[in-house]
Amino acid sequence: MTRSSVFRDATVIAGVASTPFAKHLEPSEAELACTAIVAACADAGIDPSEVDALCSYTMEETEEVEIARNIGCGDVTFFSQVGYGGGAGCGTVGHAAMAVATGQAEVAVAWRSRKRGSGPRPWTNTTSPLQTPAQWTRPFGLLRPVDEIAMLTRRYMHEYGATRDHLANVAMAVRRHANLNPAAIMHDRPMTREDYMSARWISEPLCLYDNCLETDGALACVVVAADRAPDLPHPAVYVHAFAQGLPPEHQTMVNYFCDDPLTGPAWACAKRLWANADFGPADVDVLQIYDAFSPLVLLSLEGYGFCKRGEAAGLTENGNLEFDRGKHPVNTSGGGLSEAYVHGFNLIVEGVRQMRGTSTAQVEGAETCLVTSGEGVPTSALLLRR
Amino acid sequence: MASTTDGFMMPLVAEEAAGFWEGTAAGELRMQACSSCGTLRFPPRPMCPRCRSTERHWQAVSSSATVWSFVVPHPPLLPAYQAVSPYAVAVVALDEDPRLRLVGNLLDTPDGGIGQVDPASVKIGEAVDAVFVTLHGDNGSQVTVPRWLRRHAS
Ligand SMILES: [Zn+2]
Repeated sequence: MTRSSVFRDATVIAGVASTPFAKHLEPSEAELACTAIVAACADAGIDPSEVDALCSYTMEETEEVEIARNIGCGDVTFFSQVGYGGGAGCGTVGHAAMAVATGQAEVAVAWRSRKRGSGPRPWTNTTSPLQTPAQWTRPFGLLRPVDEIAMLTRRYMHEYGATRDHLANVAMAVRRHANLNPAAIMHDRPMTREDYMSARWISEPLCLYDNCLETDGALACVVVAADRAPDLPHPAVYVHAFAQGLPPEHQTMVNYFCDDPLTGPAWACAKRLWANADFGPADVDVLQIYDAFSPLVLLSLEGYGFCKRGEAAGLTENGNLEFDRGKHPVNTSGGGLSEAYVHGFNLIVEGVRQMRGTSTAQVEGAETCLVTSGEGVPTSALLLRR
Repeated sequence: MASTTDGFMMPLVAEEAAGFWEGTAAGELRMQACSSCGTLRFPPRPMCPRCRSTERHWQAVSSSATVWSFVVPHPPLLPAYQAVSPYAVAVVALDEDPRLRLVGNLLDTPDGGIGQVDPASVKIGEAVDAVFVTLHGDNGSQVTVPRWLRRHAS
């Protein structure tokens, strides 16, 4: 038995849940977190008192002790937090699955709760001193995450000839999927190419519709050992492989200070992910790619090996990213751009729905799904299969 | 965090980076260099990632560079930046070693501000040279930053 085969398909995602998504939700982040976790346990047919592992983001404001004393856990024997904002999402599920696969826990929960829709933007905080690398970037007016990613985007467009039309292809495919999803913030808001091209700039070359939503909401998933699969109320979704990635001389969000800035964390993560998997990019039926900004989808398609470097723009053409006519259906619930932005956790939950066959933009016969977390930051990814 | 008297953010002059800011104050661009293998590195850090030496010094480098990429932020921004937006902020690659890159603002004349250049005129690959501009903090502090004077001003 190889070491990676200890993990491969050893665990399943037994339950998932989310609260409603909105620009403003009344309950606190803690209450939303607990509500989502208890609902995910119900979806799995498992009592919350059985939860003995808790995994979330370092940016999650509700600590494990708060979750445990609210949802009525017994002894919790594994807890971990994954860093780097939106890079953490798949990492939380990966850590949960590792805990179960290695016998540290029986029922692991991963979650994210966030009131980003109604709370302040992190970049407006000017009270704490600038640490490296921010002291080298922010004083010059590179202030917000969108500015940092726009810098890589313009270089990418320059090197490979990608255009705003390709970014529009991403935004429009994802919006079309949101239009099919009643839970999506943008469910009732179709978007044309003209809408995209006439939107206001946020940070050239990125416009409003290249940016994710700002959303209040919480989501959770429950991971158990694969031998419990026959007893679960829903078809089990196997955690086939998992990886994290932090490439050489990386700097978070401002990956300009290394030999090759356009091969970011996705490349490092992908090497480990595919090495640990029984299948490759050509066998992936549906993709949930972290889309805080539309160009991250192009970078990730290349990083995870769906095309060669510099060729991702071509993959956005002719409806290729759409659920019913493309080879690479992306973000079938609407993603961060058009469903909700909850640090990418909704991508994980949608991946599970695709494997169960219950998505509102179901890819017919989908058996495998790649889920990725933030590109441009130390990241993580999951391969799910039926 | 200190702000300039006109509301822009001031870089933190941290201990590890002190040599960089001593250089700019003296009108010179200096990069951290490994005293063992000679590799230049930026941003500064205590250890050389190539040979793991912690022996390090500051070395003057050419102030010539090219624009590697740039963005043009639009509102909403912090107030001082919003007042001069849309402005160009660039990553420049040093001629000394194009893998050494810095974020900064472009100028058409040495006395210009962050919003001086017409963003529509900026081109990736255009040549720039460091000039040194002293920022005055609202707490009395002073930091000299490099800005990037376009060799062929628009
Ligand atoms: Zn060295």
